[in-house]
Amino acid sequence: MEPFWDWFRWLHDATGINLSIFYDPFDRGRFASGFLMTVKLSAVCIVLSVLIGIVGAWLQGSRLRITRKLIYWYIQFFRNTPPLVQLYFFYFGVGSFMTTQVSGIAIPVVSNVAWAIVSLSFFAGAFNVEIFRSGVEAVPKTTIEAAESLGFSRLRTYLLIVLPLAFRISLPALNNNLVNLVKTTTLAYAIAVPEMLYVSSQIWSDELNVPVMMNVLLLCYFGLVGSLVYVMHRWERGISVPGFGV
Amino acid sequence: MPATNAEPIVVVRDVHKSFGPVEVLKGVSLEVAKGGVACIIGPSGSGKSTLLRCINGLVPIDQGSIRVGEFDVHKLKTDAEKIALRKEVSIVFQQYNLFPHKTALENVMMAPIHVLKEGKDEVRLRAAALLKRVGLSAKADAYPGELSGGQQQRVAIARSLAMRPEVMLFDEVTGALDPETVKEVLNTIKALAQDGMTCILVTHEMRFAREIADQVYFTDGGVIVESGPPAQLFDHPTKERTRAFLSEIL
Amino acid sequence: MSRLRCTDALPQRTDLPVLLPAAARLLRTAAVERTAGVFMLRLRAKHGVALVALFLIGCAIAEAQVQAGHPSILATLWKWTPLLLRGFLFNLLISAIAMALGTLVGLFLGFAQISLVTPVKKGAWLTTHFFRNAPWLVLLFYCLFLLPFQVTVLGLTFPIPDWIKATFGLSLPVMANVSEIVRGALQSIPTTQWESAASLAFTRRQTLWMIILPQCIKRMLPPWMNLYAILTMATVLTSIVGVNEMMSLTRQALSAENRPGLLLAFYSYVLFWFFLYCYPIARWTVRLEAKYAVNI
Repeated sequence: MEPFWDWFRWLHDATGINLSIFYDPFDRGRFASGFLMTVKLSAVCIVLSVLIGIVGAWLQGSRLRITRKLIYWYIQFFRNTPPLVQLYFFYFGVGSFMTTQVSGIAIPVVSNVAWAIVSLSFFAGAFNVEIFRSGVEAVPKTTIEAAESLGFSRLRTYLLIVLPLAFRISLPALNNNLVNLVKTTTLAYAIAVPEMLYVSSQIWSDELNVPVMMNVLLLCYFGLVGSLVYVMHRWERGISVPGFGV
Repeated sequence: MPATNAEPIVVVRDVHKSFGPVEVLKGVSLEVAKGGVACIIGPSGSGKSTLLRCINGLVPIDQGSIRVGEFDVHKLKTDAEKIALRKEVSIVFQQYNLFPHKTALENVMMAPIHVLKEGKDEVRLRAAALLKRVGLSAKADAYPGELSGGQQQRVAIARSLAMRPEVMLFDEVTGALDPETVKEVLNTIKALAQDGMTCILVTHEMRFAREIADQVYFTDGGVIVESGPPAQLFDHPTKERTRAFLSEIL
Repeated sequence: MSRLRCTDALPQRTDLPVLLPAAARLLRTAAVERTAGVFMLRLRAKHGVALVALFLIGCAIAEAQVQAGHPSILATLWKWTPLLLRGFLFNLLISAIAMALGTLVGLFLGFAQISLVTPVKKGAWLTTHFFRNAPWLVLLFYCLFLLPFQVTVLGLTFPIPDWIKATFGLSLPVMANVSEIVRGALQSIPTTQWESAASLAFTRRQTLWMIILPQCIKRMLPPWMNLYAILTMATVLTSIVGVNEMMSLTRQALSAENRPGLLLAFYSYVLFWFFLYCYPIARWTVRLEAKYAVNI
């Protein structure tokens, strides 16, 4: 691998393009960890937000009015406020109340990474609740009645008929949301989470190679988001049923 | 076709059903003999569809009794009991019958596999035979989205037959179809009736009702206004409301 | 309009619709949102009411922690209001400039995406998707660091302050989203329109300007206005790159006051102003959407 990295050192000497993230092991490590942090944030938030969406959609059908109202206001709050404000609210607002004393200094109990995950998951989850609920409601009533008339129990109907159909109906909207979520993870920079943007800013303040790093960053995000969009597109096509679409 | 057996298999007595403040069924009674065909006609909103749904237990009734075979439908409480009932009586709806994410063959196979717990291979054979019976062997691997409305309804009938029911209910199954495809569905139902299946149809197809029904019931405003053999009801209706309805339709 | 599925080759031959209208609507909304690039903002009056309620709770919390001799929370807010208001107007200025710039370039890009000249079409597509896939914050950083801090034109040197660079940075995703909105609207016009125009011997350019574009404007307006509302809320991002807009000013005010518990009151106060600005836009968008409802 060494000759591969060394080529970048030669590139720096010959042309001034300082891709220290390749030839310098420390910077390499930093950038890789930043990239992994972004991927980790995206993955965890995607999974959590989908779970929140499913639970929220289920709770919205609850018989208790208070539950329904709570879910409604949760959605409205996270949908209509800037995600940055939500992040600050969690980290500075709620976080400042959750501190323990360690040798006289107040240390926050929940780390900034955890708050970023919480805030972003709730942000995307709010959209997912609506998406899943609409998907379930869009399954025609007679299809469900037909299943029940064939002798399927309620649970079987839900698992074998309603969920597969609702999922196919929701998938396009869900994909939009998840792609947006991956792009929104950059906001974690504001609370010093060491994701790709934050790490890159550290690297370029050390190495003074701002233009190069910015381009690398843009290309990385382009690649990351682009591959997610591509995978989602293929998945949509893969599970699509002939005639069942717009 | 005239009933060969006088034993009634479906007995509906004085059924009342309200949805909130609206009373949809105001004391409906009817009897269908085994192997017999009953047609229910009437203006929209007269409670015909609700009645069918009450018979197979999808909608609970407020008052009265319904008996299908050995089941007292109004007394069924648990899911397991209802499932047992639905092995006896099947229903085909007007729209959105089929499961769009499964092929025609899979649609027919699903219930016997998951509900009757029969073996996959024998179910597949039986399903293929049923599709042949309704004339759709060529479309076994097509999705509902690729089938015409009439073809979808025939697959729905095949799917119901896969459960080997004693009674089949049809809720205006040709209501959303265009005239050419109506005929193919009606022929399928006629063949079923001739094979001896007990059928209850809600329909607007008067000519068809006259052709296959043993007994025709005219409902209006939640009650059965008049009933009788088709020749009698269509040609010599006794009640004024029946006459008015028939003159509008025919 | 949507490139969701490859069912174009498979015409729906069913007499019975396989999908409920609700499901079809959901898929259409998803397709629209995918084109517009951002979600649909749906503000209601009760959100304003909720913000006011939150504000009052915040005031109550702050008031409870007030010590003797300190001014009340309302007096504190009133003291800071002129500064915050200036900051808010600054946000609005940034959003207006970014929107104008982005729309202008986005229009051209959108037309270029349906060009018959392949390199133009491919180039426009690449540009649009490149800027759509990039996070807004990264683009802000990009512009802030890579745009020169001054430019010399005809011997005169103009300094370019940070906020102009940030505005330019925000105009880039706007440009990409407007390009997609335009392309979506253009492609949603039925081909029969193009065919009728061609049979009347219109050139492509005439068809575009006189027949297609006027119809598109109606379809483009709601998602465009929605984009503006979202952009206005996104201007708070510029606080991260050091622009002294409302968010940074609020943080500075809070640290100057150095009183815990003011957080909720201040932020809900600030959010309420955003709400007051975005709410009419969102409602107008809904009215326009209903008025120009297109049954695709």
